[in-house]
Amino acid sequence: MGHHNYEDAKKMVWKGCAVLGIVTLIEVFVSLLQKGHVISGLEDVSAVVITAALIIGILSIYKAYYIIYNFMHMAQEVPGLRMSVLLPTALLIWGMIAFFQEGASWGERRALIKEKNEVSSEDAIKPQGMLLKKIETEKLQ
Amino acid sequence: MAENTVHHGEAHETTEELWSGGKQPFKASYGKLMMWYFLVSDAFTFAGFLIAYGALRFSSPSWPVPDFVFSTAPFGIHGAPLIFVTFMSFLLILSSVTMVRAVQEGHRENQKGVVFWMFLTVIGGAGFLGCQAWEWTNLIYKECMTVTRNPFGTHTENGTYLNADGSQSTAADDTFKPGMGYLIHHAHLDDHGGDHGHGDEGHEMTAEEAFLADANSAVAAKNLDFDNLPEAGVDFPGFRLNEEGFIQRKFITESGIAAAQENGPKAFGALFFFITGFHGFHVLSGVVFLLIIMLNAGGGLYAARKNGYEMVEKIGLYWHFVDLVWVFVFLVFYLL
Repeated sequence: MGHHNYEDAKKMVWKGCAVLGIVTLIEVFVSLLQKGHVISGLEDVSAVVITAALIIGILSIYKAYYIIYNFMHMAQEVPGLRMSVLLPTALLIWGMIAFFQEGASWGERRALIKEKNEVSSEDAIKPQGMLLKKIETEKLQ
Repeated sequence: MAENTVHHGEAHETTEELWSGGKQPFKASYGKLMMWYFLVSDAFTFAGFLIAYGALRFSSPSWPVPDFVFSTAPFGIHGAPLIFVTFMSFLLILSSVTMVRAVQEGHRENQKGVVFWMFLTVIGGAGFLGCQAWEWTNLIYKECMTVTRNPFGTHTENGTYLNADGSQSTAADDTFKPGMGYLIHHAHLDDHGGDHGHGDEGHEMTAEEAFLADANSAVAAKNLDFDNLPEAGVDFPGFRLNEEGFIQRKFITESGIAAAQENGPKAFGALFFFITGFHGFHVLSGVVFLLIIMLNAGGGLYAARKNGYEMVEKIGLYWHFVDLVWVFVFLVFYLL
């Protein structure tokens, strides 16, 4: 490695340090904004909460990309190695969608069971469904 | 060999050469290639844990608010959300940067440079572990969170707390809204109410500190046997003392329902200690390997190999991966 290259490489490292540090600070700021620490009341606006979560997620992926490509020198590896390491992780996209969906479904079931458990026996014997419809039609006649 | 290749066809020549050794797949050495694939498998392990965290979080009606749970730092700093953990992230980023420098010095066969930058990396890693040790100690001993107990709850409705004597509190910070976190405190038997908190330092007591002081003296007045609390807990006008001795504050919601604080989702403690512990274990083993390789480099072992300090490059890959995983642990546990 020539002298000039070495100096360039050294500069790249400190640039990387600054990039990762600044991105982390932005992430923390957006997270605090999302939780209503910077401007109170913002934590109740769901559009802000979702957008902030997306921004933080994308910035984290950018950090991951930066570490892999510049610190682990993935950019200098042959495409075959690059793909054999990076492509399998694409499976995780499926993993996230499937398991988050599944988790949300557990939550819905839990809420449904809780709701049913809270129904008192008096409510339960009130006319429901077709019976209610029959009573109403009889009333109209 | 050379003569053979002349007589046989192109395809045959390549096959023979490939199988006779000396050719590196993907132009990477065996060690580096296997380090990459080890990291892929480790990434899947971590991803599995983090996805499990996400699935459980989605399944739960409420979840501890990270910026409430992680708002304490050493030197008595309170109510500083995410500050300490941001500092920890910076430590790890810095140690990653010094690691890149060590690898660069290795390529130049600069032994002193390699040892110097690896030493700084070790310090960064050890500093991170120290911070994590403090964070865990604070969570376990001060805030009583364990693998099976999570005293961090979240409100799901608007409401107002009761005072220790059962009357409705009028303090502004005793009202809450959905999404606000709370921490259930253990009763302090050692301090006799009144002077709880920092009242003596001229610092004004918060509504919560005032409540806890009253609650603690009410508990102390009852002379309970703390090793043998009734299964159903002990009822007080403004709070419930559960069978483990925790003070669960009572409140009235906007819709008029009277209730007491409940522990948050149990899985939170287990997930937190297991996942950050697994990452911490990676940092610990990274520090141990860095130390070994640093000592070997200092002893001239890698200089003799004349391969541009490849061993330093391999431990470098592992160390950057530890930093990479922290990016996502930080995202999932602290930022979201």
